[in-house]
Amino acid sequence: MTDSQPNRIAVASGKGGTGKTLVSTHLAHTLSQSKDCVLVDLDVEEPNAHLFYEQANPTFEMPVFKQIPDWQSNICTRCGQCAEICAYHAVVQLGEMIMVLDELCHSCYACSELCPVEALPMKNHEIGSLSSLQHENLTIFTGKLRLGEEQAVPLIKKSIALSNQEIKDQTYIIYDSPPGTSCPVVAAVGNANLVLLITEPTPFGLNDLKIAIETMRQMDKPLAVILNRDGIGNDEVEQYCDVNNIPLIAKIPYNEDIARNYAQGKLSNEVPQMADAMKAVEEYIQKIQFHHA
Amino acid sequence: MHEIVVLSGKGGTGKTSVSAAIATVASQEVVIADCDVDAANMHLLLHPENFKEQVFMSGKLAVVEDDLCIQCGKCVDICRFDAISQKPNTLNINSFDCEGCGYCTRICPTGAIKMKDRRSGLLFHAVTRLKQPMVHARLDAGADNSGKLVAKVKEDARMLAQNHQIPFILVDGAPGIGCPVASSLAGANIVLLVTEPTKSAIHDLKRLVVLIKRSRLKMMCLINKYDLDPELTMQLEDYLEKEQILIVGKLAFNHAVPRAMAAAKTIAEVSEAYRVRFENIWDKLKGVLTS
Repeated sequence: MTDSQPNRIAVASGKGGTGKTLVSTHLAHTLSQSKDCVLVDLDVEEPNAHLFYEQANPTFEMPVFKQIPDWQSNICTRCGQCAEICAYHAVVQLGEMIMVLDELCHSCYACSELCPVEALPMKNHEIGSLSSLQHENLTIFTGKLRLGEEQAVPLIKKSIALSNQEIKDQTYIIYDSPPGTSCPVVAAVGNANLVLLITEPTPFGLNDLKIAIETMRQMDKPLAVILNRDGIGNDEVEQYCDVNNIPLIAKIPYNEDIARNYAQGKLSNEVPQMADAMKAVEEYIQKIQFHHA
Repeated sequence: MHEIVVLSGKGGTGKTSVSAAIATVASQEVVIADCDVDAANMHLLLHPENFKEQVFMSGKLAVVEDDLCIQCGKCVDICRFDAISQKPNTLNINSFDCEGCGYCTRICPTGAIKMKDRRSGLLFHAVTRLKQPMVHARLDAGADNSGKLVAKVKEDARMLAQNHQIPFILVDGAPGIGCPVASSLAGANIVLLVTEPTKSAIHDLKRLVVLIKRSRLKMMCLINKYDLDPELTMQLEDYLEKEQILIVGKLAFNHAVPRAMAAAKTIAEVSEAYRVRFENIWDKLKGVLTS
């Protein structure tokens, strides 16, 4: 509850490819000009923010684990309770064998701690990695899901927790969130105190924005909208925000220079339209009162 | 019955626009399955009329009965999802955090916590404006189990294809490489990759290709907005050649496309030239599937 707590800003969207990473990387760049800033890439299935900072210094990379049960056949009495307990069908009894399907395991520990003979101690299972880059005042963390792992949520939660340990007195933390509105998004925006929803002026953009707003409202998250590629479609997003009193805080016009820079993994902070949009976002962030849980 | 799954890794490269354009030219040869259940958009272009709506239940949620709870706090201690917090005279279970494992119900000494079935979304059977059967869904805000809903959409699409003797199923998949993608790949015959020449899209495509290769599925690729960066397009073409992935088409960035979308038209309905291109793409896909 102190003033020194960092402001945590999640950048999210319902639809993929609307410009979450574009906004996250540019906003991080803008804010880090005056304050220490952290960018955490939580789009762990397809993390891209690091592609814009290839010149930055790598500081560490570490494996990230979730806990799964490790069957001890010599202790096990084959009572079968573990298989009956597991709500995810991740522990299966096949005759004399207990099989653990690690992708399905949610690490709830129920099988392990309820086993009458402690035949299922938990062990580490690698689900991905967390790496870090440093560029001037900006620290970038990237969570990356190991190919074949299907659950993004455990890695997102661990990436937030591990990055928190590294965060000292930075003023802003930006979370580049996964697309959609399902459990990975909930995990990624969970401890943010502002959510910026990025959309585009198309029917797809509007449809998915509405769903994203509904999700954020259910989570009681303060939100604001940024319109990307302004000019390519219609003005329904603007009308929707206007009618529903949703703050539309910046518009990034469709611009070939921005699109080409993005393609090549370059930032467009020098492009006036982008600089203006980021200034508007920065002013909004400085103006609002962040509520710290 | 053959199943075509459209995927991209990165979102926003044009999966849905391409899927809808293929649907336009494939006409009544396909059943449509929109498996991007957390951000379903196909319906905005194909205007399905729903003839069946079904609530999709999946997973569980812990619910506490206050009269039975003795405030011992055991459940709070064991919950690995930090979903339970103790409040004066009551417990609060956060439905977003609860993953439905049921551990709390098993250690509660008074049986005060019960597991309830959880609604995770809505499922629709429909007919599109092009008179195709379509199955689509809407995952509830923040819901879990999108992979299971995807599996259900596909299962129902197969059933409709069988009932109506329709030879192909066209599946619009989700972005990423996680559970909804794995679920949309199950039982598929070919994957159509939609990508664009940006570093991000190429990075994401490569991860997806590694994943798909494990299931030994055939892949083809469409390069969208190929004129955005000719050098990256060349890199992309080299990569696809090396992976032996056939390029079925390349589309230039065209302002007419988002404008058509705003008018609820598919790319194949923008002009006769686009229609012919998508007919060619559809013929190539069919050729590979039926050879």
